[in-house]
Amino acid sequence: MKTILYIIQKEFKQIFRNKGMLPIIFVLPLLQLVILSNAATFEVKNIKFGYIDNDHTSTSRALVEKFNASTYFDMLTDFQSKALASSAMLQGEVDVVLEIPLYFERDLQKEKYNDLGVTINAIDGAAAGVENVYVTQIIQHFNQHLKVDLLQVSDKQIQPINIDTIPLFWYNETLNYKTFMVPGILVLLVTMITLFLSGMNIVREKEIGTLEQINVTPIKKSQFIIGKLFPFWVVGMALLTIGLILAKLIFDVPMLGNLLLLYAYTSIYILVILGMGLFISNFTDTQQQAMFIAWFFVVIFILMSGLFTPIESMPKWAQMLTEFNPIKYFVEIIRMVMLKGSGFKDILPLALKTLAYAIVMNGLAVWSYKKTS
Amino acid sequence: MNNNKVIQVKSLTKMFGDFTAVDAITFDIEKGEIFGFLGANGAGKTTAMKMLIGISKPTSGEAKVAGFDVYKQTEDIKKNIGYMSQKFALYDDLTVKENITFFGGIYGLSRKKIKEKSEALIEELGLEKVANQLVGALPLGWKQKLSFSVSLIHDPKIVFLDEPTGGVDPITRRQFWEMIYKAAHQGTTVFVTTHYMDEAEYCDRVSIMVNGKIEALDTPKKLKEQFKAANMNDVFLKLARG
Repeated sequence: MKTILYIIQKEFKQIFRNKGMLPIIFVLPLLQLVILSNAATFEVKNIKFGYIDNDHTSTSRALVEKFNASTYFDMLTDFQSKALASSAMLQGEVDVVLEIPLYFERDLQKEKYNDLGVTINAIDGAAAGVENVYVTQIIQHFNQHLKVDLLQVSDKQIQPINIDTIPLFWYNETLNYKTFMVPGILVLLVTMITLFLSGMNIVREKEIGTLEQINVTPIKKSQFIIGKLFPFWVVGMALLTIGLILAKLIFDVPMLGNLLLLYAYTSIYILVILGMGLFISNFTDTQQQAMFIAWFFVVIFILMSGLFTPIESMPKWAQMLTEFNPIKYFVEIIRMVMLKGSGFKDILPLALKTLAYAIVMNGLAVWSYKKTS
Repeated sequence: MNNNKVIQVKSLTKMFGDFTAVDAITFDIEKGEIFGFLGANGAGKTTAMKMLIGISKPTSGEAKVAGFDVYKQTEDIKKNIGYMSQKFALYDDLTVKENITFFGGIYGLSRKKIKEKSEALIEELGLEKVANQLVGALPLGWKQKLSFSVSLIHDPKIVFLDEPTGGVDPITRRQFWEMIYKAAHQGTTVFVTTHYMDEAEYCDRVSIMVNGKIEALDTPKKLKEQFKAANMNDVFLKLARG
């Protein structure tokens, strides 16, 4: 036990003495939190909208006005021909083009039916999908109104024409993406920093030759590893704390659940990541190799975490792979606890999986660390 | 078994694939002896030493260090030996005192003992003024002396020194050898590799390794007679050139 304290003491001294490393550990991640949380949003806004009005009637102008009034669309461009609109879309100057046919107003009144041409730039498929929904909603809304107007003119009773769904958004009522993203990004930062630090730490001692010196001492493997990893565990917890404070102060993210529960879970979670870092460290000879491998896993973990793309829409095999993704667990749990106020029982299944993961990972790490080659 | 023999090596071999790095070496070393382990670069000195200090498993053969088997009792060996590698292996980003404290702690010395050792060691090396400075800022010669002292911190039975004086000035080398003599005088067995043939003359006995084999082993005096050479340098050249 005493031996471990000597190692912990040494590691802390080295961390706080490294003037280049300190800002990387504590300042950069929090900067990322602030920047990414504002930038990484799924909302499709500022859609560049263009239209070709072949009709030039009050109805067609009213329709265009609807788009103008929407906060999602801006930069309304009036194109004189389809060809001009197409070339503008090719240049990326416009995202959505609405084509209003000739006799739009007349046909709509006579036949209660008409076609509108909508062209959407679908290079970004996800954004195109959202734009399609916006456009459809606006047109439907407009159409209803139009019909309502016509009905009033003919003095008949108003009948509901469409069944409208009224969505109720639970847990994040205002659909605030920051509320949704901040906890997730915090998870990423805690994970990345602790993985990189632990992954590079032991391999660094290999590089400078001090590991050999340690290996000729009678220190026990477990003592060395615990002593090595504990300081990074503390760093991880400290990062979480600072991150949560920023989340509250800057983004006013709700914290409905018990924060102690979140801390308890994080303390297990960081063990998984540290074990992983150590495992990488044992199989590499240089910090560069360790860094590449750590990045490889981090990128996969992030993209398959459910943070940026829902896991439910991944193919079955990919969904199975996400079971091995620690970030997925943490993202789920931090959102559950902070946004839904989930309690101990709710997170227990995921927490147990994480615990098992931690045991396996650290077992592998201790096993693969060899004092004798 | 002779209790005075602190290192007993018999047909110790290490192979890396098809390459035989250490080829069936056999020797004994007695307590308090300064044993010079010579050989050209790549002759297998470091590999042989790594087997003896328990960080590399032998392919075949037997060896006992401080009475413990190099296959099964490596951790017991490690309690009884000190090691100073070719590469400077103290922490550059810790101070002199912190390095001493850390390694003392790793070897399980008590706080009190560490404090005593640390003060004695700093005084002996004349490092009082730089005791709280980072080791990285010290001149190489000072670092090496400190490194040697740290490897002796737990009073080991045997200390292994791998080219301890590489790149060090002649005055510091002389001081270094005085430290080695002092340790040997106090009963510590010294196992040392070197490329300086004048240093080989200081050893009680010397072995010369060529291509993984020990080609000569005796006192410097007898080796010179055997090879009809004026000094160890000539002995080495005759052997190493084959």
